Amino acid sequence: MPQLLFAIVTMMAGVLACAFYFLASNWLLDRIFPSQGLSGPKASRNLRISSAIRPWLFMLPALLALAVYLVYPVFESVRLSLHDRSGRDFVGLSNFFWMFGDGEFRQSIFNNCLWLLVVPAVSTFLGLVIAALTDRIWWGNIAKTLIFTPMAISFVGAAVIWKFVYDYRAEGSEQIGILNALVTYFGGAPEAWITLPFWNNFFLMVILIWIQTGFAMVILSAALRGIPEETLEAAVIDGASGLQIFFKIMVPQIRGTIAVVWTNITILVLKVFDIVLAMTNGQWQTQVLANLMFDWMFRGGGDFGRGAAIAVVIMVLVVPIMIWNIRNATRETGGH
Amino acid sequence: MSGATRSPLSIVVHLSVLLLVALWTLPTAGLLISSLRDKDQLAVSGWWTALSTSTQNLVQRAASPESQVEKDGKFVIFGNLLEGQKGSVSAFGYSSREPAAFAPGQTAKLNDGEQLTVRADGSYEIVSDTRMEGTRGQRIFFTAAVPPRFTLDNYREVLSAEGIAASFVNSLTVAIPSTIIPILVAAFCAYALAWMRFPGRAILIAVVVGLLVVPLQMSLIPLLKLYNGVGAFLGVPAKTYVGIWLAHMGFGLPLAIYLLRNYMAGLPREIMESARVDGASDFDIFVKIVLPLSFPALASFAIFQFLWTWNDLLVAIVFLGTGQEQLVLTGRLVNLLGSRGGNWEILTASAFITIIVPLIVFFALQRYLVRGLLAGSVKGG
Repeated sequence: MPQLLFAIVTMMAGVLACAFYFLASNWLLDRIFPSQGLSGPKASRNLRISSAIRPWLFMLPALLALAVYLVYPVFESVRLSLHDRSGRDFVGLSNFFWMFGDGEFRQSIFNNCLWLLVVPAVSTFLGLVIAALTDRIWWGNIAKTLIFTPMAISFVGAAVIWKFVYDYRAEGSEQIGILNALVTYFGGAPEAWITLPFWNNFFLMVILIWIQTGFAMVILSAALRGIPEETLEAAVIDGASGLQIFFKIMVPQIRGTIAVVWTNITILVLKVFDIVLAMTNGQWQTQVLANLMFDWMFRGGGDFGRGAAIAVVIMVLVVPIMIWNIRNATRETGGH
Repeated sequence: MSGATRSPLSIVVHLSVLLLVALWTLPTAGLLISSLRDKDQLAVSGWWTALSTSTQNLVQRAASPESQVEKDGKFVIFGNLLEGQKGSVSAFGYSSREPAAFAPGQTAKLNDGEQLTVRADGSYEIVSDTRMEGTRGQRIFFTAAVPPRFTLDNYREVLSAEGIAASFVNSLTVAIPSTIIPILVAAFCAYALAWMRFPGRAILIAVVVGLLVVPLQMSLIPLLKLYNGVGAFLGVPAKTYVGIWLAHMGFGLPLAIYLLRNYMAGLPREIMESARVDGASDFDIFVKIVLPLSFPALASFAIFQFLWTWNDLLVAIVFLGTGQEQLVLTGRLVNLLGSRGGNWEILTASAFITIIVPLIVFFALQRYLVRGLLAGSVKGG
């Protein structure tokens, strides 16, 4: 409890300091370059200067934090990836050469590609189907809430939930994992699913799909509702079937939103870490880049060079999406 | 679209949604139900059988010989294997090789001349002609049909013995300031980006959008080095709560600024113009008009940030550490997965404690969360 008290006091202090900064900096600005009570060119000059400075006062704390926590690390990571494990000696590209010769790294790249192919596609598809289906039934909102709920659950919590689903007991004894119970009920032999190389990747992906489908569903459902009624009515009058309306009219209309959902999940997949750490820690050929990076960060006292090199690879994979996002956003704000 | 063609189709729709909902809820339901079950029952039967009577092979020690009483010249120990619970014994034995050698009511001759009788209701009697020696009771193996039993024991155990309670406090300590501190910082920045004119504004907005997707992994090593350096320079530990609050603020800021800027940019221009005509400064406009009007966006971001900081594992173990004192709930859960991998009564109860807070937040404030999601994903062209 003293710890929580400490947290609350620090929090108040932080918020107060923040408020004080904004108040004081504004007050100072108005004092140094007063515009009220003065007249003529002096006032307008002061007004011009203070309104040129004020935005930067407003943005300073945020820009500082962004610079320290996100911008500087990008450059520093690139620099460290060209240095040895302690970050002191320049080693050129040798971390990258090591990486591409390393079996575990190639395994991670392969697995990440699998994740990238499967998770965004399945989540988006399921989200779209559920959004379309739940719009037609009276208890659709309840169904949506229930499918959306896993979004609130941590990856680690979800890993425990699904590890319990996949739980394995030797053949003959009673299965307490629901998957193996179903398999034995239908006459199959129980399996330790998460130790089954190659296929275990898919059992881990199920967890992320389970979490992300709700996200896809919510966004796509809103997009579907945005389709003008007249378009759909016209299609119905022309005799289009339900499936035709869905694939030929609804889906093309919300293509942009589908792309947004897809890229958002793609970014998340590239960073997937907790699930793999909690389920297998990369054993049984389930390693992925983010977990491998974390591993090297602390392995044998920590190899910052190799860890940073893997981080740079993740970053490079993200860059195309980043550029695409920026272009979309600037096009949008261009009109503002 | 006649009634005849519609009804089979709508049944299919209902059934498939029902199936999907079942797929999405059953895993969590299984966890919750299991965490409330008796741990012996949990270990031998699936959670879907939680309401039915289960047959268990159990072992129990009889009361110690110190409790023997003398009756009609014989020495007797008695008690009940089921300890007052309901249920019935269907077989028993005294060695692990033949745990079900005798039917209830039969008398088993133990190796040292003692006689053991177990009845169906679980009561047992050990009779001997001579005084029994030792302090440890005889082991009795038995098969019992036990009715379902729900209990909070698992929760009691993880809260007291597994460090979950301490981690719960740690998680709160991390999540609350990490949620509140960035809001003010982001709101001022978002206002400047939305309503103030200055050169470089478009570039800054583009930078914020770009930073939205920078993977956390890029920041870990440089920041770890930075924290170690600052810690050594100031003579303070490198891993502190202040450090993790600032880290969470840094990582949350792009989304906060992006969400709030979009929202503020959508506020009606006339309000601000007329306030400016009345002589209000940018500071007044922001504090008195924009901030209150932006409440929905602030709430959306706060929920996001709270869920994210509460559920986060990576930032916590890198910047707060993995010591017993600092572990947050997610970190504790990963540790338990390693050390208590087979003890589902501990894992299910711990997991449920870690997910209950975000679930409550989620159900209470779902409206804001959905609104934030819709605004937060970069709109496509």
